[in-house]
Amino acid sequence: MSQVPAGLKYVKTHEWLKREADGSITVGITDYAQASLGDLVFVDVPAVGRKLAKDEACSVVESVKAASDVYAPIAGEVLAVNGKLADAPEVLNSDPYGEGWLWKMKPSNAADFDALLDAAGYEDFLKSL
Amino acid sequence: MGLEPGKAFALPKPGHPAGHGQTHFSNLERFVTLKHTALHAEHQRLNAKLVDFAGWDMPIQYASQLDEHHAVRADAGMFDVAHMAALDLSGARVREFLRHLLANDVAKLTLPGKALYSCLLREDAGVIDDLIAYYLDDTHFRLVVNAGTTDKDLAWIRAQAPAFAVSVTQRSDLGILAVQGPQARARVLPLLPQALRARAEALVNFQAAWDGECFVARTGYTGEDGFELILPHAQLLALWSQLLAAGVKPCGLGARDTLRLEAGMNLYGQDMDESRHPLESGLGWTIAWQPQDRDFIGRAALEKLRGHSAHQFVGLVLEGRGIMRAHMPLRFANGAKGETTSGGFAPTLKQSIALARIEAQAEGACEVEIRGQWQAVRIVKPPFVRHGRALI
Repeated sequence: MSQVPAGLKYVKTHEWLKREADGSITVGITDYAQASLGDLVFVDVPAVGRKLAKDEACSVVESVKAASDVYAPIAGEVLAVNGKLADAPEVLNSDPYGEGWLWKMKPSNAADFDALLDAAGYEDFLKSL
Repeated sequence: MGLEPGKAFALPKPGHPAGHGQTHFSNLERFVTLKHTALHAEHQRLNAKLVDFAGWDMPIQYASQLDEHHAVRADAGMFDVAHMAALDLSGARVREFLRHLLANDVAKLTLPGKALYSCLLREDAGVIDDLIAYYLDDTHFRLVVNAGTTDKDLAWIRAQAPAFAVSVTQRSDLGILAVQGPQARARVLPLLPQALRARAEALVNFQAAWDGECFVARTGYTGEDGFELILPHAQLLALWSQLLAAGVKPCGLGARDTLRLEAGMNLYGQDMDESRHPLESGLGWTIAWQPQDRDFIGRAALEKLRGHSAHQFVGLVLEGRGIMRAHMPLRFANGAKGETTSGGFAPTLKQSIALARIEAQAEGACEVEIRGQWQAVRIVKPPFVRHGRALI
């Protein structure tokens, strides 16, 4: 069974979002996503400063089997990216909600975050798959 | 993210109609639609991720595909490859028949048990399949062919066989288990019947021994030492269980694909098919041109192509970051073009490698287009890895 931590927000394309104390948003892929992809061997993250539109394909994660786009779950500007992933993409498998975060962003509209699925909503969605 | 379940788990389907295998089955549909090997219940018990591979419900991985890959390079792993078919050919003229049927020459096989890799060609030299032929005795040979091509191979072979009074039997009563890795032989040998053990231990590469229906060959598809065993289903299951207890790691078709790619071995349906001839598929070495009077199917077409192939077949190593996949465009400094046929991450090398078909006149620096960006690649001669060591 996939882990779906409480306190995070989720989208149906299997990204998670966390609101930090300073109002910035951290984005990653869910446990369900990493398990479905298998061993991850390459991660490409967006450039710091890039302005992302909602649902824009802005990052790529590649497993031994396939490449998958990661979509910006909300609009905003990239503030920081996880530089560790270039040399250690496997942390996306081992710690998708922690060390395996992809990027931090400043949301264009803080309310966008609130409208997303909570843990219970994402779990219900996973059950429907 | 772009997570399409069928797609994320999909491997190339050798010789299988495009699109098949991307279908989503319910459990019941899956059970009645897909064929099962004798080890299917074992795969389920071990929580393997199962996929439709050429109409068979096969394990793509058990836990980690990377761990499975490394186990074969460093120790020993085992693969259920019972979706492939063993075909037994018999008749007084069976050798003469195979010398006509195959592009490689079974006349090279002078000792019973010796094996040969060959292409099965159409008259126009398109590749129907690649296979291994085992010389059993003067009236019997065994062929091992790919899963996705079994039916068309059988139809083709049976169409040619009557002229030589050769009979062809598909051995659906037997299954194939590959045990591969530097420790593979040491793990298998103690488990073989006493009558077979010493002979199996003495096998050289591409040679087989058997006792009754228990058949063991020193062959494989990983670039490592090991055995491929062809056994009745009950014995296959028993051997699997004993090897599991002995610590041999079950490995899925995902690891099998990265291992064979590192070993520079072609995958039928991806690196070559009926629309491609061996000389543009890196398989020129498998054609036996001598003796000149051997009239094998495809020879006339190949003689015309010899020295005039429009394409060559090479290995690629990506210099920078990223992963090459099949069907990515290539361009050369002199304007020549090409395309990857297989590509992926090479776990042993920790970088991306590919096999590619390029225009014969290609020269100079080469680049591959990965999602709209051109990146430098280095041309190499496969294999990339052999016996656990990087060769590039």
